[in-house]
Amino acid sequence: MAGTRASGGAAWAVAAAVPDPELPMLTLADLGVLAGVEEDGATVTAWLTPTYSGCPAVAEMAADVDRRLRAAGFADVRVRLRLDPPWSTDLITAEGRRKLAEAGIAPPRPGVLPGGGTAGGSTPVALGRTRLASDGKATGTAAGVAAGAAAGTAAVVPVACPLCGGTDTEELSRFGSTACKALWRCRECREPFERVKEI
Amino acid sequence: MTDDHVYLSLAEASPEPEGEGRWAYGTGFADPLLGVDTAVPPGLDGADLAAYCLMLGDDALVLAQRLIEWCTRAPELEEEVALANLGLDLLGQARQLLTRAGQADGSGRTEDDLAYWREDHEFRNVRLVEAPNGDFAYSIARLLLFATARGALYEGLAGHADPVLAAVAARGVKELAYHREYATAWTLRLGDGTPYSAARMQAGLDAVWPLVEELFTAHPVELRVGVDPAVLREPVLRSVAAVCAEAGLTVPDVPGLAAVGGRAGRDGVHTEALGPLLAELQVLARAHPGATW
Repeated sequence: MAGTRASGGAAWAVAAAVPDPELPMLTLADLGVLAGVEEDGATVTAWLTPTYSGCPAVAEMAADVDRRLRAAGFADVRVRLRLDPPWSTDLITAEGRRKLAEAGIAPPRPGVLPGGGTAGGSTPVALGRTRLASDGKATGTAAGVAAGAAAGTAAVVPVACPLCGGTDTEELSRFGSTACKALWRCRECREPFERVKEI
Repeated sequence: MTDDHVYLSLAEASPEPEGEGRWAYGTGFADPLLGVDTAVPPGLDGADLAAYCLMLGDDALVLAQRLIEWCTRAPELEEEVALANLGLDLLGQARQLLTRAGQADGSGRTEDDLAYWREDHEFRNVRLVEAPNGDFAYSIARLLLFATARGALYEGLAGHADPVLAAVAARGVKELAYHREYATAWTLRLGDGTPYSAARMQAGLDAVWPLVEELFTAHPVELRVGVDPAVLREPVLRSVAAVCAEAGLTVPDVPGLAAVGGRAGRDGVHTEALGPLLAELQVLARAHPGATW
């Protein structure tokens, strides 16, 4: 398939600076949604990889990229979706993670997979953890299929509070204001915060 | 600004074309497979691929509708948000699968054509997803079974020869893992909770069970272009049994709901619950054909 993640071109710079409609502190490049930009003479093709299947912001992203490229002087703009490989929170850049934390949203932990193993797996079943304490041990309910453990990660990575940096945090609700976020609370500074879930 | 209509005020505040305020209205981009190569790969039969995408897409669309019905009716606000989120994932999968079906059969039908303008006997979903929500325990039991089975099916489809189906499945595996985790957590909480919650959860499981077998009953189209659902039966039921054991629940031992003359949901033979569901799903599109906003 044509198109690369290669950066550096003028069109890439324009597309890469487009803010995400729902997380406007991040650009589409920070979010890892911009999968490639190809310049061929006067024609620019930009590829986007949608986040969640049902993410309603995809159409907005496509429209914003199209509009900004035209405004930058590119006459023939094509925005295309690239579905493979699927988007993952691991595609959020280091810069993107920093901006999320700065905005009070805990970034996803790299390399952690969602869910508790596969249908055929023999992963023990238990209520998930609501707290991931700083010593790496689960607290609260029985230790079991937390995402990290199921993914084979040896140590559970704590979720740090983006406001005070504390690691004594707990999940209030797995599902938050958008498909990609969960609602958490810091037990040190007592503030609630959102966090981007790993997928 | 004198106009008291909030959307008109927004339009004045952020006129096109530079206005980010367009977010309030949605856009003209409606194709969930925008610019994706639509050719059916060699060796695949377009009609079979379309029929298969319709089956999986209808499963997702109909269950999405049931999940979204929980909005304003769930026991807690957080659960409403959660169930709507799960419904949104399934709706997104349905949009891509229905769009793919309309491409692959050469008819050019859009996702809207297929979602809003087919009658109940033209839907190809399993009967499990159309059953009314029942109580929270019933909905959770259904979600546990569906999410476990669909996650396993998507795993098998992630390397499919059709790149669109493969891509939907590859991302769906991760989304369904969250669905399964959610349903598992509630099954454990209710089953291992009070005697009353355990009895309600057991009743939900018992009531869902007759509809489960259809998930593992192959239609010829599934055998030709997809994963044989029969091979999922053992691992999926083993996984669900492990959840039941941990929750102190008994895996029901009841026969499946009979097919009608050998035909069931995949053949367009549904229960009486599907008609009213579709009436609600389709009413707006049918009252205002071609309307956009």
